[in-house]
Amino acid sequence: MMFNENSRCFFYNLKAKPIQSMLDFDYICKRNPSVAAIIHPGRSGFHKCFYGEKEFLIPIYASLEEAVSKHNDVKCLINFASFRSAFASSKEALLAESIKVVVIVAEGIPERDTRELIALAKQRGKMIIGPATVGGVVAGKFKIGHAGGEVENLLKARLYQPGSVGLVSRSGGMMNEFFNIIARSTDGICEGVAIGGDQFPGSTILEHMLRFEKNDKIKLIVSLGEIGGKSEYEIVDAVKSGKLTKPIVMWVSGTCAELFPFEIQFGHAGAKAGKKEESAVAKNAALKEVGVIVPESFEVFEETLKKTFDNLGVMENKLEPRLIGERSKTSFTSSISNETKEELEYNGVKISSLVDSSLGKVIGQLWFKRKLPDFFVKFLNLSLVICADHGPAVSGAHNAIVAARAGKDVVSSLCSGLLTIGPRFGGAIDGACKHWYDAVSNVSADEFVINMKAKGEKIPGIGHRVKSKSNPDVRVDLLKKFASELDSSKYLDYALEVEKLTLLKNEKLILNVDGCLAAVFLDCLESADFSQAEIEEILKIGYMNGLFALSRSVGIIGHVYDQKRLKEGLYRHDTKDILYLK
Amino acid sequence: MARKKIREFTAKKILLDKLGLHYPGLLVTAESMNQFNLDGKCVGKPDMLFGGRGKLGLVKIGSADEVKQFILQKSEDIVIGNAKGKLTHWLIEPFVEHDKEFYLSFSAEREADVIYFSEHGGVDIEENWDQVKKIEVPVLQEFTLNICDDAIINQFVKKVFSLFRELNFTYLEFNPCTLVDGKVVVLDTVAKVDSCADWNDFPEAFGRTKCQAERNVEKLDANSGASLKLTILNEKGKIWNILGGGGASIIYLDMIANLGMGDEIANYGEASGNPSEDESYLYAMAILKMMLENNGKILFIVGGIANFTNVKDTFSGYVRALKEFGAELRAKEIIIFVRRGGPNWQEGISLMKDVCKDIGLEAFVHGPDTSMPEIITLARDHL
Repeated sequence: MMFNENSRCFFYNLKAKPIQSMLDFDYICKRNPSVAAIIHPGRSGFHKCFYGEKEFLIPIYASLEEAVSKHNDVKCLINFASFRSAFASSKEALLAESIKVVVIVAEGIPERDTRELIALAKQRGKMIIGPATVGGVVAGKFKIGHAGGEVENLLKARLYQPGSVGLVSRSGGMMNEFFNIIARSTDGICEGVAIGGDQFPGSTILEHMLRFEKNDKIKLIVSLGEIGGKSEYEIVDAVKSGKLTKPIVMWVSGTCAELFPFEIQFGHAGAKAGKKEESAVAKNAALKEVGVIVPESFEVFEETLKKTFDNLGVMENKLEPRLIGERSKTSFTSSISNETKEELEYNGVKISSLVDSSLGKVIGQLWFKRKLPDFFVKFLNLSLVICADHGPAVSGAHNAIVAARAGKDVVSSLCSGLLTIGPRFGGAIDGACKHWYDAVSNVSADEFVINMKAKGEKIPGIGHRVKSKSNPDVRVDLLKKFASELDSSKYLDYALEVEKLTLLKNEKLILNVDGCLAAVFLDCLESADFSQAEIEEILKIGYMNGLFALSRSVGIIGHVYDQKRLKEGLYRHDTKDILYLK
Repeated sequence: MARKKIREFTAKKILLDKLGLHYPGLLVTAESMNQFNLDGKCVGKPDMLFGGRGKLGLVKIGSADEVKQFILQKSEDIVIGNAKGKLTHWLIEPFVEHDKEFYLSFSAEREADVIYFSEHGGVDIEENWDQVKKIEVPVLQEFTLNICDDAIINQFVKKVFSLFRELNFTYLEFNPCTLVDGKVVVLDTVAKVDSCADWNDFPEAFGRTKCQAERNVEKLDANSGASLKLTILNEKGKIWNILGGGGASIIYLDMIANLGMGDEIANYGEASGNPSEDESYLYAMAILKMMLENNGKILFIVGGIANFTNVKDTFSGYVRALKEFGAELRAKEIIIFVRRGGPNWQEGISLMKDVCKDIGLEAFVHGPDTSMPEIITLARDHL
């Protein structure tokens, strides 16, 4: 079987409708969501969709490579790329080790490209369904894209429960028509595949029939061929040689073509009879001759199928579908806390279990969405303490003091102080993080210093106005002491290497508290087993800026209270302290 | 879409240009041929995608004037098989004196490109097929073998083979070709190409001229993500069709033909892949207009049970077109048979019922609970 009830796929190109259609099928079949991730070049993040009445998120990756590296259990790619890009993305999927089945939806892919994909799939023992297909359904287990239509039809054709008929056709529309015909006249579909209308389908009707032959659950094979091509003769040969023994009910459409004055190109690229043997009439006759059950005409297909199935004496295995209730879309998503439960939860942890712990642990749940190891909590607490205040003269405290003295309330004064936090004040920690992170595995400390010099840039985290080698910063010493207890201090070691070099130039070019916090923070992330992608995201968002703002709020609020208690009046700067140019 | 024939002239010109050789052939019409100065012995033959020209007596060898005279004479309506039309496009080439005739062809098959070669080519190739050599070159492999002992031919085959792949030919036949002064000269060519690759402008088969409705739909299709096709089979036919689905559309025509009404089928067509309301409107307009200009009596708007084509949207388009022709449809007492399933079919079917009632047409409008054969049976009783 290509798919079972646990199979999951990647969905190439973010198309909300077919993805939702798959999840609706999953829900009514009571299986878990079958779309593991969406691959959409140039995008990342999450796609919100329904599973039953509730929404959930499917990750979006910008590349197949990324998706494969994160979900190596996924064996199928459903490719909704346009005919222009379907070749390249399908080829990439066939070359990826973990992908075994590639479904290609696009119509209009050049033949030569398709043939290359077919050869590649054969070489690597993989399966292609399509191009130019809607896909297929394994009843009760897996549905590809739009196949089988929407919920109403899925229920009507009983696609939520496995029956014992295997169906393979070229046409996707007729596959769905057949889902209904089969539901009316038999115990239902076990598996149905539309191979697509192109000249060279990635997998042929015969290949699927041979799979059906091996599948014990399938008792009867149903197929619809079409005028054009010779693939039906492969079935004739397989029946003759005993490779296909199960009863096959099959019809080849296009018998009307003989009536017309010229060759018609029917809707499918392959549906055109050049030679007599490719005509529908000839193919029906050849199939009938070897014992395939070929009805007199399509009109009596259903009757013929019912008769054939009734003779098998197979009993229907009834299952109840799970129905989908009313849905309403949400505009917001929260993944860190929930106040609608009986007890408030931070990231799924009840607050009563957090009351005796430190703020660092709470930050772990609300910022990092996990229970952080003790050393990390200790680092956060240490950072909160050493960054809480740095006197009234720094810009944050100064602004807050000016606001408080202008009679503004506590929160306004706090905000005016916080708003000074940025690239020059406080925010240097994030800048330093990025530099240390990029440099560590790429360049030696030597090269790093030379490169920065060449670019004419200051190294963030190096240098202090007041402190120097002979007048060290206690905060830095505290951080160094803390880091010495970590498993890995790769980043701090690197930063200290850099400091050694810069100190040769100037005594004041020490590793300052920003640079040191940045390095130790990175060491903590690595020691706590954050993945590279997670670390990169944390740096991109700028977590250390947030940590600094949180910590410094304590000090700023302190200064605001202080000013209010001291009843300090409105501050006006001394004009003597301003150089007027005009 | 799919594999299409191109003119012999186009194939030879492109191939020889790519090989860095001069192609002396001319593609002319009876009107244009006098612009060309021809001398020496020439060959003239129609270049209109059909074969067996020699057997049909349509190949002329002679002086330039004789060939021109011949073309002038033969540029008139003729019947070939069951196609009737005017011979409009002619190929004129210098006559090549030769004795040996080779057969060489290339064919794109599922797993390989196949080369056929015979030293006994010409009109009797079918009878001599057992002497044809066949080499299969798997899709992912290069062609390195020699097809015969002649170095010139081998080199030619290799070059043409790589062009066959590069230019997305699907079939290429030289029968015959010959050797003159140490060079391969191709005398007759049949070529098919992949229309999904970089080819465009395909000539119509002999006896086919596209009508306005077909050209309109072709344009619509070219600018749409959906698939919209129309082929007029017999404009005098009573039965006109708006069909949904590539697979179902064929079956409907089969079933109508089975009623003994094959002669009355006016058109084939297919709308699938979720065309928009506007596209559906324009598609229906093209068919309805032509139907009413001719002698249409019965209109089928039928399809399978769609996977994702929105029946409400497509039917809204059809309904808009029906409304526009309402008075004429009623005056001509057109009978309409409808059957379709798929997303939002209930809305689509109810729109269709309403419009037929409003116009005052006899109509049988059904959803997916009526099977495909059932709607045809219904129609049989009213034909």
